[in-house]
Amino acid sequence: MKFESPATTNPIDQLRIVGKPVSRIDGPLKATGTAPYAYERHDVVANQAYGYVVGSAIAKGRIAGMDLSHAKAAPGVLAIVTADNAGKLDKGRLNTAKLLGGPEIQHYHQAIAVVVAETFEQARAAAQLIRVDYVREQGAFDLASLLDKAKPNPITGGPGDTAVGDFAAAFAAAPVRLDARYSTPDEAHAMMEPHATIAAWEGDKLTLWTSNQMIAWNKAEMATTLGIPKENVRLDSPFIGGGFGGKLFPRADALLAALGARAAKRPVKVALQRPLMFNNTTHRPATIQRIRIGATRDGKITAIGHESWSGDLPGGKADGAVSQTRLLYAGTHRMTATRLATLDLAEGNAMRAPGEATGMMALEIAVDEMAEKLGIDPIEFRILNDTQVDPEKPERPFSQRQLVECLRTGAERFGWNKRNPQPGRVRDGRWLVGIGAAAAFRNNLLTKSAARVRLDKSGVVTVETDMTDIGTGSYTIIAQTAAEMMGVPLENVKVRLGDSAFPVSAGSGGQWGGNNSTAGVYAACVKLREMIAQKLGFNSAEAEFVDGAVRAGNRSVPLMQAAADGGISAEDEIEYGDIAKKYQQSTFGAHFVEVGVDAATAEIRVRRMLAVCAAGRILNPKTARSQVIGAMTMGVGAALMEELVVDKRAGFFVNHDLAGYEVPVHADIPHQEMFFLDETDPMSSPMKAKGVAELGICGVAAAVANAVYNATGVRVRDYPITLDKLLEQMPDVG
Amino acid sequence: MRSFTYERARTPADAAAAALRNPDTKFIAGGTNLLDLMKLEIETPAHLIDVNGLALDKIEPTSEGGLRIGALVRNTDLAADSRVRRDYGVLSRALLAGASGQLRNKATTAGNLLQRTRCPYFYDTNQPCNKRRPGSGCAAIGGFSRQHAVLGASEACIATHPSDMAVGMRALDATVETVRPDGATRTIPIAEFYRLPGDTPHIETTLQPGELITAVTLPKPVGGRQVYRKVRDRASYAFALVSVAAIVQRDGTGRVALGGVAHKPWRVEAAEAAMPRGAKAVAAQLLADAKPTRENTFKLSLAERTLGAVLTEAKG
Repeated sequence: MKFESPATTNPIDQLRIVGKPVSRIDGPLKATGTAPYAYERHDVVANQAYGYVVGSAIAKGRIAGMDLSHAKAAPGVLAIVTADNAGKLDKGRLNTAKLLGGPEIQHYHQAIAVVVAETFEQARAAAQLIRVDYVREQGAFDLASLLDKAKPNPITGGPGDTAVGDFAAAFAAAPVRLDARYSTPDEAHAMMEPHATIAAWEGDKLTLWTSNQMIAWNKAEMATTLGIPKENVRLDSPFIGGGFGGKLFPRADALLAALGARAAKRPVKVALQRPLMFNNTTHRPATIQRIRIGATRDGKITAIGHESWSGDLPGGKADGAVSQTRLLYAGTHRMTATRLATLDLAEGNAMRAPGEATGMMALEIAVDEMAEKLGIDPIEFRILNDTQVDPEKPERPFSQRQLVECLRTGAERFGWNKRNPQPGRVRDGRWLVGIGAAAAFRNNLLTKSAARVRLDKSGVVTVETDMTDIGTGSYTIIAQTAAEMMGVPLENVKVRLGDSAFPVSAGSGGQWGGNNSTAGVYAACVKLREMIAQKLGFNSAEAEFVDGAVRAGNRSVPLMQAAADGGISAEDEIEYGDIAKKYQQSTFGAHFVEVGVDAATAEIRVRRMLAVCAAGRILNPKTARSQVIGAMTMGVGAALMEELVVDKRAGFFVNHDLAGYEVPVHADIPHQEMFFLDETDPMSSPMKAKGVAELGICGVAAAVANAVYNATGVRVRDYPITLDKLLEQMPDVG
Repeated sequence: MRSFTYERARTPADAAAAALRNPDTKFIAGGTNLLDLMKLEIETPAHLIDVNGLALDKIEPTSEGGLRIGALVRNTDLAADSRVRRDYGVLSRALLAGASGQLRNKATTAGNLLQRTRCPYFYDTNQPCNKRRPGSGCAAIGGFSRQHAVLGASEACIATHPSDMAVGMRALDATVETVRPDGATRTIPIAEFYRLPGDTPHIETTLQPGELITAVTLPKPVGGRQVYRKVRDRASYAFALVSVAAIVQRDGTGRVALGGVAHKPWRVEAAEAAMPRGAKAVAAQLLADAKPTRENTFKLSLAERTLGAVLTEAKG
């Protein structure tokens, strides 16, 4: 099905099941510990051996020699694979560094060997017996020292630099100006489930039971890496314990399990050890950003400029921090610029709202600062500079844009009018109290997605697609979509996901999974409805599918009758025309945060949070809410504690475990509310839905930063905002 | 993890004797720290002596009016004990500020005292660390040292001791009771229990080879307002940037000990004379010989400010 013009009324609009706050259908499996996660799939293949990964002890250089003799002789060892004996390996298209390093080393903890043994403990003990001689080379690890050497680079989905009008002249002429520098640190996905894979070969065919967000990408990547035909690789990833972009691409677990299994001639399972995950895998790269805003005295932005520097391994990617500044606020004269430096740290890559999250962390502090310079309420300043068209291409309107409504609704619900605009004036016992806000803004991406739908003679509808559920609720919204389309109750729908044998879906990433994968299911259901109508002698344009029956006029036939002779199935995909070129599709929101800052210690504790979001049709308010509050929590982490600390001498992230890399715990998140505005977006898909999972993180950290400023009068522009950055400017302790 | 042999001890004296007989022995109780370190081969004992079967899990009154806490009393039980809550509030509060509920259920009193530093370089066996591999150097000096010691550190090591419980015990003048391989027992004032790193940071306490902790004794209650304040980046499950254990009497006199600033709980009795004059005066003496790194200089003003807040709270 090709989606080329705005959606009109369709069966989804009945909203009998879609749009309802249904509990996730896979909930009981998860609550009872029976959801099959990759590492624990003991039943899929017999005789599984265990692999343990060895990471490089240096960041850059080469391996001069490896002594495997003690490890080979250790109890239970079946095989040891290194670059020396792995055979020829190519590098996939999506990763920057090789998944198996050696002799050249590209980053710290790059995998250099996998030891396969009968038990996990034997593999680990043997791995620790491997002795490696390294030749170290000088690397580059300090982004701040490389700004002059950084080069222009495109960002995902667009150019790195843009310019409209005459930014320099307009900024110079503006009566009120802000020119400020911000920084965001390297961050880790730090998901609960590590990267994990069980690999088994049958002849030259490879099966990987793994944990991966994008099945089709990874099938292709594994085939390329191993130099085997794509059709010889099968991936199965029905449950994923968090990914946040860290599982978009294959990682060392998958490759080393495959190589280990080939060498040991039996199935092998590998999970990346937690201490390896921070330097071995990808991370959100650090940024240094400069934002300039010029405005008239009455608060109209005339010039806005955003430059961002980030670093990556040679051949890597720039963080797209400037992307949202191109679209969020009006202003005639504009510029954005992206610069990429070469660093020898682990690979920088996508993490929840890549680019948008980092850019909004800076931009939405800058907007708060500018509002203060102008003496205008920061909410009103944002409203004053709202735009309903793409400011770089004014002929291109937003398909929907309810930023102003989000800000106003949130302000009212949160009690914004009680905020004291003078910072440092509100006290509650030992706490200095402040309120901050920020816009939330993330684009909606359209990408094709296919599904197969089958009706069997018992009336059960089974959906198969290689879509993944990374904890988001894909199973549930897909079941709701199929139930709505086929007119059956939710419990009559079975959803099977994550298998590369199924039709290729959008996958999970870039908050595109929900809208696109359900639209693909919609397309397959439309086709199945036509087949069923025809089979049962209905005119498909008139047939209604409700309550387990097909009806038209006075005639009603039980749905299952169409499958009486053994089942009926249809496969289709949703494909998009150029609708996204004509309309800018985005999701909007407003974040409100109240913090307390301890007057003595400067410890910052979030007291309450609110997000108001407008993100198209909300397919399931319960799972969507979970997505948003999870993202808000991650935003608090980014604001207050998350930082991969670089050792600039040895070139690695020092705090590479969950004790050192702090993410919020329950005690950090006492009270969250979120609220969706009514919206349907006919430009997005027949579902009229948009992404929501990454909207929730965009802007949160800045709202926290602005609240800290409101509480204390101390403006911190370098994340995370830790107490040491406030302490010197805090009031005296009595 | 290296292979090791294992035995269950029958009596404390047997355990100590067995420990001396077997080189590279470790006692194991809760295992919340030791097992992690063994998996990473930071600790590589050849022999483990399991002391969980020893009857050292009671909290009993002493004839001096204090409490004897068995070495195996779990942190959760100690924090919840009504006598501890009533008479030694600083200890109960310190315990509850540490780790997580699950860990406290498993962790023992002696094990808590003997836990190793959380310096990230100590945990990464690719990096030099004099505590892990004597003579290899210290990567934390000149590296990421925000969490590290500002007092009593050396050219060889700037690690901190991570325990909250020990800071509370230091303020309470606890004593550590032990049994030695020859069956003799002794008591070690907690002030003499921990060593500064000097040039042997791998030797952390004054325990002799084989010596086993059997109990920690608290002296008769000293009353006063007892406060434990732990400052950290997140609200729970994080090690202290700075912590303050304070016992403050009505007349403003009292005791203070700091955590998160040194290789041991930091207490300077002489500084306590300044308590009635306020936090600045106390901090000036407590922190007199501080040598912070560029990344942890903030701990000095943080310690002073936290102390100020604690003394104000104790007065209130």
